[in-house]
Amino acid sequence: MNLVLVGVNHKTAPVELREKLGCLFPEIGDAYRLLKSLPAVQEVLFYTTCNRVEVLCVSEAYDEAVGELREFLSRHPDLAPEVLDRCLYVWQDLEAVQHFFRVAASLDALVVGEPQILGQIKAAYRQAVEHRATGAILNRLLHKTFAVAKKVRTETGIGDHAVSVSYAAVSLGRKIFGDYRGKTVLMIGAGEMAELALEHLKGQGVARIVVANRTLERGLKLAQRFHGEAVSLEELETQLLGADIIISSTGSPHYLLTCEQVKSAMRRRKQRPLFLIDIAVPRDLDPKINDLDNVYLYNIDDLKLVVEHNRQKRREEAVKAERLIQAEALKFMDWLASLAVYPTIIALREKAERICQAELKKTLSHLGNVSPEQRQALEVLLQSTTQKLLHDPIMFLKRNHDRKRAHLELDLVRRLFNLNSETSDT
Amino acid sequence: MDYFLIYLTLAAYYVAAALWLAFFLVQRQNYCRLGAAFMTAGFAGHTVALLWRTLRLGMLPAVALGETLLVFAWALAAAFLFLYWRFPIKVLGALVAPVAALLVSASLILPAGQGAVSPMLQSLSLACHVILAILGNAALTMAGLGGVFYLLQEREIKGKRFGFFYRRLPSLDQLDALNYWCLTLGFPLLTAGIISGSLYAQSHLGTFWRWDVKEVLTLTAWLIYAVLLHERLAVGWRGRRAAWLAISGLAALVITFVGANLWLESYHSFASFMKQP
Repeated sequence: MNLVLVGVNHKTAPVELREKLGCLFPEIGDAYRLLKSLPAVQEVLFYTTCNRVEVLCVSEAYDEAVGELREFLSRHPDLAPEVLDRCLYVWQDLEAVQHFFRVAASLDALVVGEPQILGQIKAAYRQAVEHRATGAILNRLLHKTFAVAKKVRTETGIGDHAVSVSYAAVSLGRKIFGDYRGKTVLMIGAGEMAELALEHLKGQGVARIVVANRTLERGLKLAQRFHGEAVSLEELETQLLGADIIISSTGSPHYLLTCEQVKSAMRRRKQRPLFLIDIAVPRDLDPKINDLDNVYLYNIDDLKLVVEHNRQKRREEAVKAERLIQAEALKFMDWLASLAVYPTIIALREKAERICQAELKKTLSHLGNVSPEQRQALEVLLQSTTQKLLHDPIMFLKRNHDRKRAHLELDLVRRLFNLNSETSDT
Repeated sequence: MDYFLIYLTLAAYYVAAALWLAFFLVQRQNYCRLGAAFMTAGFAGHTVALLWRTLRLGMLPAVALGETLLVFAWALAAAFLFLYWRFPIKVLGALVAPVAALLVSASLILPAGQGAVSPMLQSLSLACHVILAILGNAALTMAGLGGVFYLLQEREIKGKRFGFFYRRLPSLDQLDALNYWCLTLGFPLLTAGIISGSLYAQSHLGTFWRWDVKEVLTLTAWLIYAVLLHERLAVGWRGRRAAWLAISGLAALVITFVGANLWLESYHSFASFMKQP
């Protein structure tokens, strides 16, 4: 029993190739029909995300399965097989499991720790189940994968750190305000970066958005997009009283707000906290503002520093996650290996049962008349004798945890009891 | 029987403390929930033990320092659980549970009161004074502990260096609200404690106020909190200043509690409670 994983990702293949592979099967049903018809493939999962196209399958014949999957992926008319071969990676067994865990836990992603990938894999699994493409092994692997991904998320801080500037600003605000409900955002300027931050904040449930812009027209346009109101730059000081979060991104060559202005506003605001984000270069807000009580000012460099720091943190956490994944992948392979002993155990029991029945028949014909009680006593005798005799070999098979020798020991048991010639179906 | 219960309580508080510290370090929600459960169980045992002892002695056991610490630990647990229920700042448990556990331990180590207790102390109205003052102290202690958290978190956000505490502590707004809540809870209790004590003094000693060390120190602490409350309501003081004032108020309370007992002439000191008047 082999696990095979074949695919391309953002590290091995350029985006054009991934695009081609990604839209190879607009109808996922076609992909599964084709995959299920492959003779060497027993169970299969096909998934595409923005950065990867991969097929994971269970097969008895490793080499054939790899060949068939490679052929499956190179069906695109504009795709030369040798180009694909250069980008394609093939993983087997332990490595396949590890790779799959890493993908699901978002360690293999472009931005390590992004949470969307697990959702995409869950959706792909649902499709595979709908098309009856998975079986006992992949079902177990997938459920294990979801558990591992969750464990990675909760036990390491891989998803804890914001890695984009606007997201970093939003999560900073959460540490100041708790949540954004009922808060007012004042936007100074109408740049692109500002819009991105607004979009993030809007998703957090801010109550009111005010846009202050030099040209009122542009301000109005942005305000309309976010259901806010537009004011002119002259009203800045009055607007300062009602705002909780201020994002500034104008092209102004001098400070729009000085420390004194904010200081006097804070007194009139009864010291309600104020969070200012200055993403303009040159800066719009006097850096001295940060020295005021209950006022928190971050400029673009501060935020970038936060992001860089968080990226570093994520990389550190990723090391922890890798260790966890390796351990879990080994455990899964143990389970897979233990699957291999069951046909042998069944064959062993069947053989014993066959011998018992044959011998019982022979003995009974010699004995002539026996009462049902006597017959039952004989059956019990035979059964308990064989059970006790088989107990040790079966335990020997089951307790086996040494992956390397498991195969040899299994083979030994089969030869010892001469199971290979009798049960050709296992 | 009450000793047995107190040992159980102590064990529960220590487990809760360990769970909460673990929660603080690794941030697993389960630990925090379990910690709250152990804290509640410990508090229940604590309550029963105190009631038992009160019935056995016929008076509130707050005569010796150790006994009083036991009552204070109870009040702290009560204030914490009340706040936790109304206003879940989970990390506070990481401070309160160990403090409660240590207070109970101290109460077991410190010598119990010996000798006759002055009959003046064995009255119900005095028990009211003690309970009100101690509950007030407990709530204000929480405000002070919250203040410590506030300052730690504020330093990281203002300084733009996000270290150990940034992830683990709640938002500044929540911590500041905790300060306000504890103040509005603790200040009236402390005030009522002072007033009930002074009424009792009037009826038994013939004077409302004797300028005793403990009375003066308590008045200082009360003034600190009065200023804080007034400034919060009138000018909108909050954040760092409020946290610092809550911490200095707590320091004043601690000095009151400890200092008054070192000052042996004070009629509020534990030593004097044992002497016949």
